[in-house]
Amino acid sequence: MTDRAGRTAEAPRSSGPPTGSVRRIRLPQRLRNMELWLLIVACIINAAAIVLVQLGAMGRIDTQLVLLGAGLSVLVFGLHIAMRFVARDADPFLLPIATVLNGLGIAMIYRIDIADGESGWESASVRQIVWSAIAIVAAIVTILVIRNHRVLFRYTYLSGLVAIVLLLLPLVPGIGREVSGARVWIGIGDVATFQPGEIAKIALAVFFAGYLVRNRDSLSMVGRKFLGMQFPRARDLGPLLVVWALSMAVIVFQRDLGTALLYFGLFLVMLYVATSRLSWVVLGLSLFIGGAIVASQTLDYVGNRFANWLDPFNAERFDQEFGGSYQLVQGLFGLGNGGLIGTGWGQGRPDITPVPQSDYIIASLGEELGLAGIFAILALYVLFVARGFRIGFAGQDDFGKLLGVGLSFVIALQVFIVVGGVTRVIPLTGLTTPFLAAGGSSLVANWIIVALLLRLSDTVRNHPRLVIDG
Amino acid sequence: MNRELKRVTIVALLMFLTLFVSTTIIQYVQAEALAADPRNSRTLYESYSVERGPILVGGDPIAYSQPSDDDYKFQRVYSNGPLYAPVTGYIPVNGEATGLERSLNSYLSGQSSSQFFDQLNRLISGQDPMGASVEVAIDPVAQQAAWDALGDYTGAVIVTEPSTGRILAMVTKPTYDPNALAVHDSAQVQATYDGLLADPSDPLFNRATGGDMNPPGSVFKLVVTAAALESGRYTPESTFPNPSSLTLPGTDAVVRNSGGGTCGGGGEVTLADALRLSCNIPFAELGMELGDAAIREQAQKFGFNSEFEIPTATEPSVYPRVLDEAQTALTAFGQGDVRATPMQMAMVSAAIANGGIVMDPDLVDAITAPDFTPLQEFEPAEFGRAISEETANTMVQMMVNGVENGAASNARIDGVSVAGKTGTAENGESDPYTLWFTGFAPADNPQYAITVLVEDGGGLGQEGYGNLIAAPIAKQVLEAVLNT
Repeated sequence: MTDRAGRTAEAPRSSGPPTGSVRRIRLPQRLRNMELWLLIVACIINAAAIVLVQLGAMGRIDTQLVLLGAGLSVLVFGLHIAMRFVARDADPFLLPIATVLNGLGIAMIYRIDIADGESGWESASVRQIVWSAIAIVAAIVTILVIRNHRVLFRYTYLSGLVAIVLLLLPLVPGIGREVSGARVWIGIGDVATFQPGEIAKIALAVFFAGYLVRNRDSLSMVGRKFLGMQFPRARDLGPLLVVWALSMAVIVFQRDLGTALLYFGLFLVMLYVATSRLSWVVLGLSLFIGGAIVASQTLDYVGNRFANWLDPFNAERFDQEFGGSYQLVQGLFGLGNGGLIGTGWGQGRPDITPVPQSDYIIASLGEELGLAGIFAILALYVLFVARGFRIGFAGQDDFGKLLGVGLSFVIALQVFIVVGGVTRVIPLTGLTTPFLAAGGSSLVANWIIVALLLRLSDTVRNHPRLVIDG
Repeated sequence: MNRELKRVTIVALLMFLTLFVSTTIIQYVQAEALAADPRNSRTLYESYSVERGPILVGGDPIAYSQPSDDDYKFQRVYSNGPLYAPVTGYIPVNGEATGLERSLNSYLSGQSSSQFFDQLNRLISGQDPMGASVEVAIDPVAQQAAWDALGDYTGAVIVTEPSTGRILAMVTKPTYDPNALAVHDSAQVQATYDGLLADPSDPLFNRATGGDMNPPGSVFKLVVTAAALESGRYTPESTFPNPSSLTLPGTDAVVRNSGGGTCGGGGEVTLADALRLSCNIPFAELGMELGDAAIREQAQKFGFNSEFEIPTATEPSVYPRVLDEAQTALTAFGQGDVRATPMQMAMVSAAIANGGIVMDPDLVDAITAPDFTPLQEFEPAEFGRAISEETANTMVQMMVNGVENGAASNARIDGVSVAGKTGTAENGESDPYTLWFTGFAPADNPQYAITVLVEDGGGLGQEGYGNLIAAPIAKQVLEAVLNT
């Protein structure tokens, strides 16, 4: 950033379009130009993926979907252009990475549609494209409306309230919907359309960041030492216990292990970064693991998940009609079938595995793109998360730092929970793979995260720290 | 705050590192094991959608794939199916494959790790993927001769090359046509399979390497003789008391020689004569003197109680654990709970012919990629030394005497010195005998080791015996291969 230090003296650029009285110095937008090139590459990759799917699965090219994809690219470039005006110094990697992941997801969903004989507006791929468009528009609106992330600090408690309401929505009779056992959807009529929990994770991150910045002194200063760690006083345990109870409620009432783990992990990491007390993490993890063990003993669906995780190849588990390991094992077969280089787009049989376009999209991609493809996708996530953490390192206000870390970590944790579940690192839970999996709410939430991270990174670049603390 | 951030960054990196490792384990390390899971329908589709490599005998395919018009793209064809069924096995559209179709599936279907770059090349150059071809060790002349010689008997013939362990012939009867199980109509496959399974003659058994295991009877005396000579306490001239019946210690069971009388007359009988005339009583006495531990040790050196993959899995032959004296006496002439496959007895004969060294039996010579690069050559592998060269030489002579002037006389071939041993094993009080012959030829320069098994007394109940039925089959096969 030293090369940009001289620019701090300029007039603030984020004050809207230049007026006649302020003469604007045109500086080359190096970061934006780099982003432009990366975006072009991303769009070429996506177009190639769609064409390869068509050639691989149908043996011919259908221009309709290519055109839809092109329309989506136009929107992405729209976001890019918006940033040229309102976030000139934002990170140049986040948008291209999100674009590639979103495009690969659409290509795979489209490929499953072909295998299932779905097409037109009823097919998952077309719906995914429409949702992507909505999500990118939401990102553009976010970056245009939120010119300074500190605005969010003011709405800390409102965000908390919004998160709780969003989480409770699926439990409201009439609009709540249950899909494959988990009650995390809302919808109108017969169609389950939205998972409010995905949006709730953003509201939670904002709330946690604001709350922790306000209260971290009392959470980190006092307590007694035990086993070399400073443990908090009983009365300060309140927030941790509330979030823990919330997670357990998600497990019990919404029957959604993955979301509970996601929220709780997010809270623990932000709590640790804010207070630098390892004891919170130890306490929190003990509470969660304890809760999960009790749940695995008392709740059938959690018990099944654990049993499937430990012994998926057991014939009894494999043949069990509900809650058995059939899906997990089919996913492993698919990944194994992909091997190192994969079968190629449209050449594998990911459609054998249940829900290959949503929860299991990573297994579908692993089958057709191979270990090489999975590594590339994981590397994209690593890069995305690393860019997010950079904001945490370089940010100058604690709220921004915490929010940046929280939003990046939630992506990392979500990838870990899904891919780790599919590859038997942890028990399988139903969560969407960010940007890839079919699902509108997930896309909207993750694109808003992209916009927020872009906004945060722009602020960091705009106001470089003079002193970096050790 | 940045110190904590650094730690969180490390945690996030570790999480991703875990995923890199877990995906590598599944997609690379476990990929072949996952593909081998019988529940993996992808493997099945995959193995049908590539042109599966052929299985060749002397360059001619005994199993190959030809294009078909249905979903499976290729139809597997077994030329001369029943003859080679125990070698090829079959690959059905539903259920599990058997034989080499199963054990070498990853090569035949082009999925093995050594074919990775080959398949990559084909992918890049736009060629359709194709499996590797498997050249088996089977000698078509020996296989056909064994098939003809076994006739309509229930049983098996196996011919091996003593110096290498290569399996030159493997015939089992009754058998089945693998083509009937390779049709693409899964209901029809199921019906055929159920029919074969219900057939009381068990045509799906490979009696050369498994099936309902038989007691080896007198052919097991070779193992006991080897144990005696190896102990250093016995020579072929060692003598044993020669009564006409022997009551086993602690039981009412009485052992008799097959003729009913003494062993060749006289108050005492030598080990050489006992083996030549195949007498039970002297071997029961010898067995009790040696003890079950010494016999078991010798049997295991020949391969008993071990599993062999040729590369198709085979049934291990059994010498039982922990025996009392009476049981030991019974095992010393191949009764009691001893069980052997023809392949195991062929390994015993071949080891004697090979100066005492047991070779791992092996059905496959080479696996070759479609572009003719060798993927795997099968070098002869030693299982281990069972007996000293001196013991081996002594036993060759004893087995030659058995054919020239003893109980295995029907294996005699003019102009060729044949070494052999017959067996007639009891299965139950009134059940038909199991008939055996094991040996090799020419005795001075062994090229072929052969073992013949005939179940159900060869249709003669308790009237049939090894020299009457099994020895002539061996003779017919040896004549055919020695004349080529």
